[in-house]
Amino acid sequence: MSLILRKLTRDVPAVIGLTIVIIVLIIAILGPLLAPYPGDVAASHLTRRLKPPSWAYPFGTDNLGRDILSRVIMGARGALMVAMTVVSIAMAIGIPLGLIAGYRGGWLSEVIMRVTDAVLAIPQLVLALALAQLLTPSLESAMLALSLTYWPFFTRIVFAETRRLTSSLFVDALRGIGAGTARIVFLHILPNAASPIIVRATIGLGFTILVAAVLGFLGMGATPPAPDWGLSIAESRTYLPAAWWYATFPGLAILLTVMGFNLLGDGLRDLVDPRLRRSR
Amino acid sequence: MTGTEPILSVRSLTVLLGGRRRWLRQSVPPVRAVNDVSLDIRPGEIVGLVGESGCGKTTLGRTVLGLQRETSGEIHLDGAVVSGMSPAKARLARKAIQYVHQDAAAALDPWWSIGRTLREGLLIHGMRDAAERSAKVAEMLTAVGLDPTAAQRYPHEFSGGQLRRVTLARMLLLSPRLLVLDEPTSGLDMSVQATVLNLLLELRARLGLTYLFISHDLSVVERLSDRVAIMYLGRVVETAATATIFARPMHPYTRVLLAAAPRLDRAKDTGVDTVIGDPPSHTQVHVGCAFVGRCPIGTDLCRTTPPPLRSIENGHDVACHYAQPADPVPAGTVRMHAVASAK
Repeated sequence: MSLILRKLTRDVPAVIGLTIVIIVLIIAILGPLLAPYPGDVAASHLTRRLKPPSWAYPFGTDNLGRDILSRVIMGARGALMVAMTVVSIAMAIGIPLGLIAGYRGGWLSEVIMRVTDAVLAIPQLVLALALAQLLTPSLESAMLALSLTYWPFFTRIVFAETRRLTSSLFVDALRGIGAGTARIVFLHILPNAASPIIVRATIGLGFTILVAAVLGFLGMGATPPAPDWGLSIAESRTYLPAAWWYATFPGLAILLTVMGFNLLGDGLRDLVDPRLRRSR
Repeated sequence: MTGTEPILSVRSLTVLLGGRRRWLRQSVPPVRAVNDVSLDIRPGEIVGLVGESGCGKTTLGRTVLGLQRETSGEIHLDGAVVSGMSPAKARLARKAIQYVHQDAAAALDPWWSIGRTLREGLLIHGMRDAAERSAKVAEMLTAVGLDPTAAQRYPHEFSGGQLRRVTLARMLLLSPRLLVLDEPTSGLDMSVQATVLNLLLELRARLGLTYLFISHDLSVVERLSDRVAIMYLGRVVETAATATIFARPMHPYTRVLLAAAPRLDRAKDTGVDTVIGDPPSHTQVHVGCAFVGRCPIGTDLCRTTPPPLRSIENGHDVACHYAQPADPVPAGTVRMHAVASAK
């Protein structure tokens, strides 16, 4: 474990990613305590509309006079909640399917994997947009749409790992001593497949935050007055370019968070797959 | 040492592997990995199964264990039929047989500590008491010459020889009576080989085990086994007591196999040429003897009629049309001497 940590700390981008992720997590957890005006999530102060950044309002204020810094801080929790929910649901769908397809083989495996391929072939954003449009536009439908488009990534990875592990000698030895299928799959194959799943989930968190922001921007995700980052950028469009701070700071929040998760995910992948590291 | 009733009896066992009919494509013919093999193993015996790579030794071992389904033929364990069952049922019926893999490192889950892996076997076999399991594991690790603290360590922390001991302990915990050992000494250096072999002999004496010993290393087989079965292309071509087979091999294949083994002692040179060419394909159907293409004494009879495995002398079966009993007087004395030196 200490060796893994030491290797990770030598990877500068991964450390930057990890730092960003930790900071975002702290902000998300302690949001109301850190925000200078926690009430500004919903309240409006029409007397101080669209003020540029100042000591009182470091990120300026928006069209309803709300402090943008407070809204960016309060938005972190929402963004992470969406990302974690989506990735969890995607994992809950994708991992069992991958295990079944990889361990069982035969026609069932073919059916599962061909459906997976078909879903993978459609661009994520387009499919999520179509699904979110089909359901009523709300944060819940956006999350559902994202979950239903992200599970194939997990199925693919788990399938490949399960295939490899099922034909490995230690699974053969386990069958030899009479271990049951449930024991082999859940206690031996799944833990051995855990590292690529964790890597994919980390990258997935960043990706989901980005796509959730896009859905929010297009009006198919969070609804006002939620302090959603994507929604804030959408609301700021009317006041650009004069009120530059209105779009900039929520945008930076999205950029940094997504970058943090991606850097961390890439760093973890390099740890798990030494071949990739050498080829770079 | 050898009782009369065999613990394991294999009758005309045939295993076809991997044949497949494919839609709109050429179908893949199956491989005849094990072809009409009959073999008896008596309690307390060590039977060496010898042959070149790909001759079906491992498949035979796995089929006996029940990991591979037999295509036809019968397997009797303690006189009861245990063949013709689904793999899960077969494993249940053949609990008394356990298999020790050739690659010990790959046969262990890398994420599980040795202790957890060893206790798992006991749990699967119905030992509910956790303290009892730990005690048994510690006891068995000591028995195979490892420190009981090894239970806390992980497979990558052990050397090759230690891992053999671990896998051996894992199987012995399940109190088997017949152990199938797949190349238990391959990839180990000579001194470690010797300690592993001694451990195997010691454990057999202490626990009353029977071994089916799969190997291509003739010196190891000569040292360890009581009886040897030589396999060629899925068939047993010769079987006899170890000393007999090493002193007077009868099948031409056995002769070239023994001649091909490197040895320092040139006096033992048998004058037989090493075998020419590669073994023919398993998928090919052989009309006559499978070895005829590489045989120094092959005739037209061999090309048309497959030689059955027949008894030439007492306990010496050979599948060759031209095997003949040798004159018995000097051979007997040599054999006695060889037995004494082999053990």
